[in-house]
Amino acid sequence: MATVKPKVDVVIVGMGWTGAIMAKELTDSGLRVVALERGADRDTQPDFAYPKVADELEGSVHRKFLQSLSQETVTIRHSPAGVAVPYRQMGSFKPGTGVGGAGSHWSGCHFRALPEDLKLRTNVEKRYGRRFIPDGMTIADFPVSYEELEPHFDHFEYVCGTSGKAGVIKGVIQEGGNPYEGSRQREFALPPNPNYLGAEQFYVGARNMGWHPYPIPASNASRPYVNPYGCQMGPCNFCGFCSDYGCINYSKASPNSCILPVLRQRQAFELRANAHVQKVTLDADGKRATGVTYLDGQGREIEQPADLVLLCAFSLYNVHLMLLSGIGSPYDPNTGLGTVGRNYSYQNLNRVTLFFNKNVQANAFIGNGGAGTTMDDLNGNQLDAGKSGFVGGGIIWARQPGAGPVRGISVPRGTPNWGTQWKRAITDSFRHSFYFEVQGACMSYRQNYLSLDPTYRDGFGRPLLRLTFDWNQNEIKASQFLVSKAQEMSKTLNPLSMIGDAKKDGSHYDVTQYQSTHTCGGAIMGSDPKSSALNRYLQSWAVPNVFAIGANAFPQNNGYNPTGMVGALAYWSAKAIRDQYLKHPGPLV
Amino acid sequence: MSEPPSKSPSRRRFVQGLSLIPVVAVLGSCGSGSGSATGTDAAHKPYEPRFFTASEWAFIVAICDRLIPADEVGPGAVELGVPEFLDRHMQTPYANGAIWYMQGPFLEAAPEFGYQGQLPLREILRVGIAEMDAHCHKAFGGKAFAELTAAEQESLLEAAQAGSLQFDTISSKVFFSYLLGEVRNGYFADPAYGGNKGMGSWKMIGYPGARADYMDWVTVRDKPYPLPPVDLGGKRG
Repeated sequence: MATVKPKVDVVIVGMGWTGAIMAKELTDSGLRVVALERGADRDTQPDFAYPKVADELEGSVHRKFLQSLSQETVTIRHSPAGVAVPYRQMGSFKPGTGVGGAGSHWSGCHFRALPEDLKLRTNVEKRYGRRFIPDGMTIADFPVSYEELEPHFDHFEYVCGTSGKAGVIKGVIQEGGNPYEGSRQREFALPPNPNYLGAEQFYVGARNMGWHPYPIPASNASRPYVNPYGCQMGPCNFCGFCSDYGCINYSKASPNSCILPVLRQRQAFELRANAHVQKVTLDADGKRATGVTYLDGQGREIEQPADLVLLCAFSLYNVHLMLLSGIGSPYDPNTGLGTVGRNYSYQNLNRVTLFFNKNVQANAFIGNGGAGTTMDDLNGNQLDAGKSGFVGGGIIWARQPGAGPVRGISVPRGTPNWGTQWKRAITDSFRHSFYFEVQGACMSYRQNYLSLDPTYRDGFGRPLLRLTFDWNQNEIKASQFLVSKAQEMSKTLNPLSMIGDAKKDGSHYDVTQYQSTHTCGGAIMGSDPKSSALNRYLQSWAVPNVFAIGANAFPQNNGYNPTGMVGALAYWSAKAIRDQYLKHPGPLV
Repeated sequence: MSEPPSKSPSRRRFVQGLSLIPVVAVLGSCGSGSGSATGTDAAHKPYEPRFFTASEWAFIVAICDRLIPADEVGPGAVELGVPEFLDRHMQTPYANGAIWYMQGPFLEAAPEFGYQGQLPLREILRVGIAEMDAHCHKAFGGKAFAELTAAEQESLLEAAQAGSLQFDTISSKVFFSYLLGEVRNGYFADPAYGGNKGMGSWKMIGYPGARADYMDWVTVRDKPYPLPPVDLGGKRG
């Protein structure tokens, strides 16, 4: 028999960015909040402390800061006709676990969505005609506008100490920022970080191409900073252990350093770590959640009743919990009916590495996760899709989160993988190469979706989540177009040599190669309950006292990193709960 | 073939060291004498493998010497203690599948889905070593991999890398790729894990190791980064 805990106002599943934001906002409103985190409790001290964080074997091989796949993973197949097999070893994407979630081991790139990308379908149809959207592509508008989200983008950036240069403030273009961005109410919280060599060279290359380079908005503090909650951040020292690692310096924004110091002191907030939620419990007619059941650290089944259930796990696991709990109807790609699981999308990433001679001090070991240089000249409305022939743009950037030899050293084409020639090549390139990346949008399709696997189980006996995903011609074309532009720009910098190819025609999704942790969709927000799992406030259409906050809500993914958008959506949803839902609990739309 | 089994001085030293182990063990069991009878300073006592058997160890030493040889570029894997790293690393939960999903069924799938077999890392290596040695016994008149010439070893590794060696129980390509990954890990990971002795690989490529503080060097362009590496224990290279 499950132990039943006293009922609380709100139970939150997962203590990453969205869980921390919701807990902060709802305890502000006087609600009693219990947060259940499947992983361990973690904080800068002692978990991310120097020197033990500076250990590549622990961080990048044993993957100490990421989710272990032994108990819980997903299965993957390329098409609905295939048989899915488990994602047995970490490769293509890297979900987090533990307090802070992926928000403690992210890099820090902190973008706002472009206004036109929030109205993608309408915008594409208006510019290129309805028939320009290929058959089977299921892209949709976000049911929320840039103007509605602007205060929340802004607030999240100030919580994170985001360091950057505004491109447009109150409609006026600013020198040095992104002239194509949506208008901001004010400058970034902090000025940009200094440029390492590759970020500096990107300015040269991009201007050679006639583009408009600007600093990547980075939630890696460029100066000492105190955020609106009173949490202190220290300037990033470019330690080079950023992506996949916790931050030693309170420099990279994380739930642990930017929100939890406040939450942990609140009487109305209780954090239970090692509490693995198994499902959301519903009442007899399935229209109202009564709470959640979870396994505690000793494996005992505990019931936590609550008036409001907030799913704040990693995007994939939010969808998993909805499917396991029967919240909304599962999507069926054959009929197009059902909502939970549809519009799974990803990110279209490719890299070009440039090698130089020994006088060029690129120092790849120096790193800051989010900072660097990018440009939007091939993104959003700047890209003429009529000419390029695909939907969704992308960005090219210079980033250097910090490299080390265990993480791998790029070598020129044709170098053997071992032996003396390999040794000479890594020695020549380690300090004298840098890379640019193409980060393309990824559209959603009828056949790319999430469902429960019929065969494989997790360590608790539940069906694993199954990803059905492959690259479509649109994304392959985008990859080829954007990579050719990146190569063209790179050539103007006269490297000794370059490597890095676009996706080839007919190539399939390769789960063994790290590409991006930007797994999106599966429980999307929309304006029609027939084609979306959530309404515009991220509230479940089917069970209105459940909200699912995260990148699961994206109808498709744009060319930017999702965290800025995810944080803004969390604040947007929290405001709707505070201002509307609490007064009249029930459907907000 | 008149070529000696290995040209690498570091490997010869290592294999000689290995051959001393039984002598030390025998002396110890007789309750007589001390380690000094072997002439080996306690500080340089050869590492005694606990995971690998004697024949596996000979394979590991040989293959480390082929994959990352000592040469004019820098130190080899054997002299940096990579065999010791491997033996110690194979005894960790990681090598026993702690962060891998290990449940069946184990289906065949395209390479884009990654290794789908049921073996954890340490068994992939162990089974692969047995397969490689069995192949060598058949193809080279009863010799083990470690007894072949360097050129013979290299052509076998090239075949394994390409997946053209036919093994019964595991793909030679899968075996080679995990083995190479582990040898690199040992060569480059912090010396605390048994390899990269004296931070030799870090000095070779100019990696400052666990320094993790470069605020003063982000925008320096005209001179190489000047400081030697430090390791997790605070030692300077």
